[in-house]
Amino acid sequence: MCEKQATAMNVTQAAEGLLALSQQEELVDLPSNHPLSASEDEEDGDGERKHQKLLETISSLNGTNRWKLTERSEASLKVSEFNVTSKGSGEKLALSDLLGPAKASSSLDTVKKQLNRVKSKKTLELPLNKEEAERIHREVAFNKTSQILSKWDPIVLNNRQAEQLVFPMEKEPPAYVPIEHAFHGWKATTPLEQEVFNLLNKNKQPVTDPLLTPMEKASLKAMSLEEAKMRRAELQRARALQSYYEARARREKKIKSKKYHKIVKKGKAKKALKDFEQLQKVDPNAALEELEKIEKARMMERMSLKHQNSGKWAKSKAIMAKYDLEARQAMQEQLAKNKELTQKLQVISESEGEEGEAEEEEPLVPDAVNEVQMNGGGTNPWMFRKYNGDAKEGEIQADPEDPEQLPETVAHEFSESEEDERPVEEEEVLLQEFEEKRSLRKRSELNHNAKPVDSQETKDSNCQEVLSELRVLSQKLNKKNHQSQKQKVNSVAATLQVQGEEPAPEEEESLLLQKPERVQTMEELEQLGKEEYSENKDLPRPVLEREQIERTPRNQLDAPKEKTKKEQMIDLQNLLTTKSPSVKSLAVPTAIEELEDEVDRDQKQMIKEAFAGDDVIREFLKEKREAVKANKPRDVDLTLPGWGEWGGVGLKPSAKKRRRFLIKAREGPPRKDKNLPNVIINEKRNIHAAAHQVRVLPYPFTHHQQFERTIQNPIGSTWNTQRAVQKLTTPKVITKPGHIIKPIKAEDVGYCSSKSDLSVIQNNGKQLSRHQQKKLKKNSD
Amino acid sequence: METAPTPGKDVPPKKDKLQAKRKKPRRYWEEESTPTATGASPGPPAKKRNQEFRPQRPKNSGVSKKSRISRTPQVPRKARDQKKPQRSLSGAQDPFPGPAPAPVEEAQKFRRIDKSKKIPHSKTKTRSKLEVAEAEEEEASVRAARSELLLVEEPGFLEGEDGEDTAKILQTDIVEAVDIASAAKHFSLNLRQFGPYRLNYSQTGRHLAFGGRRGHVAALDWVTKKLTCEINVMEAVRDIQFLHSETLFAVAQNRWLYIYDNQGIELHCIRRCDRVTRLEFLPFHFLLATASETGFLTYLDVSVGKIVAALNARAGRLSVMAQNPYNAVIHLGHSNGTVSLWSPAVKEPLAKILCHRGAVRAVAVDSTGTYMATSGLDHQLKIFDLRGTFQPLSARTLPQGAGHVAFSQRGLLVAGMGDVVNIWAGQGKASPPSLEQPYLTHRLSGHVHDLQFCPFEDVLGVGHSGGITSMLVPGAAEPNFDGLENNPYRSRKQRQEWEVKALLEKVPAELICLDPRALAEVDVISLEQAKKERIERLGYDPDAKAPFQPKLKQKGRSSTASLVKRKKKVMDKEHRDKVRQSLEQQQKQQQKQEKAKPTGARPSALDRFVR
Repeated sequence: MCEKQATAMNVTQAAEGLLALSQQEELVDLPSNHPLSASEDEEDGDGERKHQKLLETISSLNGTNRWKLTERSEASLKVSEFNVTSKGSGEKLALSDLLGPAKASSSLDTVKKQLNRVKSKKTLELPLNKEEAERIHREVAFNKTSQILSKWDPIVLNNRQAEQLVFPMEKEPPAYVPIEHAFHGWKATTPLEQEVFNLLNKNKQPVTDPLLTPMEKASLKAMSLEEAKMRRAELQRARALQSYYEARARREKKIKSKKYHKIVKKGKAKKALKDFEQLQKVDPNAALEELEKIEKARMMERMSLKHQNSGKWAKSKAIMAKYDLEARQAMQEQLAKNKELTQKLQVISESEGEEGEAEEEEPLVPDAVNEVQMNGGGTNPWMFRKYNGDAKEGEIQADPEDPEQLPETVAHEFSESEEDERPVEEEEVLLQEFEEKRSLRKRSELNHNAKPVDSQETKDSNCQEVLSELRVLSQKLNKKNHQSQKQKVNSVAATLQVQGEEPAPEEEESLLLQKPERVQTMEELEQLGKEEYSENKDLPRPVLEREQIERTPRNQLDAPKEKTKKEQMIDLQNLLTTKSPSVKSLAVPTAIEELEDEVDRDQKQMIKEAFAGDDVIREFLKEKREAVKANKPRDVDLTLPGWGEWGGVGLKPSAKKRRRFLIKAREGPPRKDKNLPNVIINEKRNIHAAAHQVRVLPYPFTHHQQFERTIQNPIGSTWNTQRAVQKLTTPKVITKPGHIIKPIKAEDVGYCSSKSDLSVIQNNGKQLSRHQQKKLKKNSD
Repeated sequence: METAPTPGKDVPPKKDKLQAKRKKPRRYWEEESTPTATGASPGPPAKKRNQEFRPQRPKNSGVSKKSRISRTPQVPRKARDQKKPQRSLSGAQDPFPGPAPAPVEEAQKFRRIDKSKKIPHSKTKTRSKLEVAEAEEEEASVRAARSELLLVEEPGFLEGEDGEDTAKILQTDIVEAVDIASAAKHFSLNLRQFGPYRLNYSQTGRHLAFGGRRGHVAALDWVTKKLTCEINVMEAVRDIQFLHSETLFAVAQNRWLYIYDNQGIELHCIRRCDRVTRLEFLPFHFLLATASETGFLTYLDVSVGKIVAALNARAGRLSVMAQNPYNAVIHLGHSNGTVSLWSPAVKEPLAKILCHRGAVRAVAVDSTGTYMATSGLDHQLKIFDLRGTFQPLSARTLPQGAGHVAFSQRGLLVAGMGDVVNIWAGQGKASPPSLEQPYLTHRLSGHVHDLQFCPFEDVLGVGHSGGITSMLVPGAAEPNFDGLENNPYRSRKQRQEWEVKALLEKVPAELICLDPRALAEVDVISLEQAKKERIERLGYDPDAKAPFQPKLKQKGRSSTASLVKRKKKVMDKEHRDKVRQSLEQQQKQQQKQEKAKPTGARPSALDRFVR
């Protein structure tokens, strides 16, 4: 369209030029412009010539041969199409000749300017070093690629942390055939089958009835958990971005400097103009639309009384205008603006209209973000809250009076918002609910935070009323949530107390992951909370008691050990000569018992006599002393006798010197048998066994005790059940034989739908504060 | 008078004297709740007794089993049912919804990770790994506990009627009370010709080999009494020992060690092991440990036929040997009253324990490796705790002194004194046998020369000068066997399979040490050594904490002076912490010393002049 206009303009310009030219010809009678043959000149008169000229001008109207070559009057030495020869030879064309034309025209002005600029510019800067340029290129390329690749980070991390990976990764959806389909066109033929069917029919088994409720079907079709998570992460990201932009807009709005705002406005206007020009070049259709917008703005301006000096401010200024020059100017400006706005536009060069438009329509948040909002099902605080109060929504809709009471415009907006909501797919709803469950804990705070920091709020006061109503509703809802939440927290705490660490979070998890039973209304929600609470209440003392019981025997077992430790040194003599009770009822149920004491005494006597010579205990103690001594680290004596003093036979180095050069060995850990008098434990290291021990700590562990804990559980089938062995020794990676393992694709991970979101994030990643980036990371994890 | 029979106990019906005194053997198909009503009994029986002998197989089915699963499930079922009524296709409800209940108490004994041990603070990554390991351990233990349900067999027991001493119950009484199959397990072989016998049961408990001092060597399937081989080696036989399976057995003869197969064919004569007195076989390491008169303890790897280690005990003649089944450490008893613990990897004893004032006559270690029983020339029988302390738990003086001791699989202790065999029992499986009251006694026809409990059968084999006696000892053996490990009923093919697997899983000899769990620990010494070397090589410590570097601040707060100030502040703080710590330590030490000091004597003012 625009192009057409441009061509049209060209045509008109050309026509104008022609007209002017013909006039000139008539006035000045320039012969040089028109080729005339000499013979004709001679033969014909003036009339003839004029006629001829007219014919020529007419013929030249088609634009092809408007300018005829001038007649060469003088012969030149060299006739060439490459050389320009004006007067004779030897004279060269100077730049200044070209610069000074006979008439200063506007088109030449620009050329002049350009030339001036060229002239004024100093020598060109040297191009960058090759290496440096390359380095810059590399840096840019690296940043770009790393940004692109960063979207894979969570997936890579997930895969790394996964217990097991099965390749190829894409899972085929389980082919679920409802039973009625499977039975379709099949009849019981054999007597056995018939019998079975009879039985089934007797028991009223659902042979033909649809076995799946619509809800179940929906849940089968619903997106997987992974997908939902991904989606949620994206939404969270988008929301974070939005809040960031909102904050920025608020901050900028708060700036009081008029100058700043003026500059900003100008900047915006310029930018808008530029953009429009660009758009015109690139996409004329869009530009046309833009034009229409401007037109619409004009219409609005014409309808409204804005900028017509009828407002409060304008009236006050009008009073002042008599005396105050500035006030007068301001009023005039306003009027001028009005004029501008109301002026009908055809050519787009007028930027003011656009500027005004921009001023009004420029959203505080970039479009991309808003788009995300819409897709994501209402990050708009209003919508968000409504979504949260999914249960309430129904009520609102059911209430027929509400929309009627509203003023029309509001109703319109309301419906608009409704419309926005509607198209959101079912997935979205599911996701929303999923999220709801997931964020039950945080929600109340989140909602409070997400409370409206909205620039749009100021826009429409009527709208606000409605919205405030809505808000009240949602707050009520939040309160309820909060209460149930509290209950839940309490119950969880109870479980924590009772069960120890692990089971509680698991339970919570399972609760969150439960899909089929959705909490539809507040009542249900509350009930759920109560139910859980009661469940946990039931959950039992017995467990606690059992635990205690379990603990006690252990302690008892441990106790004697500690005692022995505390006893410093047990006397060996005592140990070996303790009076142990003699056995009374020995094997033989005969008359030995009476004699036993006597026999015992006799035997003791005999033993004493027999072992009078060899003192076993002393020998053992001696042996132990030697063992201790042998095992002690020895001091190293580095004294050199005769160094620095007299040496010779019978001369010993001085005590001082000896003390100085004696390297004392460090005392090792205390012996294990330090407090065990009757034991010698070898302290030497078993080198052969040590060769089989782990001597390097694997990566994430920093202390050997940590690593030891992970390898304490045996994995062999000797110590475990078969299932446990299978589980403990599952391979980290499983590849299905006969399947092609393709590289991972974005679609596989669910990135395809949200490419634009991702790109937005990538572009704005730099602008996000570090804190926000962290937050995003956390969310995406 | 006879008390009314309680349904839980098996009271044999009283019979007339005319009837055989044999009590009716109980069959597994018989219901517990149908005791035949006692008619008019002619009079009180000679002995009031209530015996119960539970042979391993077949088992009494009627006994109400103690449920092995925790009775209260984790989550009350009511709440679960309310939440989710699970309906199957047929409309029937699952009577046991949800996951199977976890037997918490049972799982406790399968836990391997000691959570009471504190570990240093770990980063998130490490912590996640630890959590995974702990979860795995818990799951494995729960699974193991759940599979306990499969151990249906229960150990037998012998219970005296109120106040009655079980030691007075004779073998004949027991044999009368039990079923035929079990009664057939009591027998004695009268072999007076070839002098005192040594005997050995194979690992599965199915086969028995015995060798008389005068050269008689025989092997038989003692359950069916089928003789596999019988030879006379025409030489003194000191000891006999089955190798890994019943097809091979080693005989310590007068000069050298010989190995025969189950047909009595001499396969090897090992001359490097000469004058062997005792033999022990370590089944998981395939090691045959021999103790010789020359004072050498020799380890022979029977899978490759190599001598792994020959250790000189330096304690004269070795004639007392036992193995610790828990860690495969060999215990040797010496004449100076000590017991030394040996591993083939170390040239010196791992530990030496002074047990008796006189020479040690016999040593035995129980199957869990917790208790060691020793008897010495000082007529004492002692039980030692082997879990690190090596202290005697209980001791008892016996009038004659025990020449042989042995532990059963369930911790019963038997001691042979002269021609009498005494058996003591503990309270439970893991408790040491209490030496107060003997559980059973038996008198043999000759002096005891060897004792061994048969694995997986409530049978004690006694070799004596009069031959071999197989005694019934209720509750001696483990009732449940592992069919993949020691299957008494295995076929030839199964045995061959097992042999291959066992050989593949052979544990290297050098891994024998006092605490086998220590192998699952990091070798700290070499770890630190490697670290030191690395630091030397690099010239700095890569793991060291980086010195404090003050952050760059704006608005003139990052001036040189302030930087120095901040640095100094941090340094001072660290220093203060160090000083505080050392002070605390000093104080603690002082307190300890003060506590240790005897408070009896008051310090006098003149103490200051004491040099």
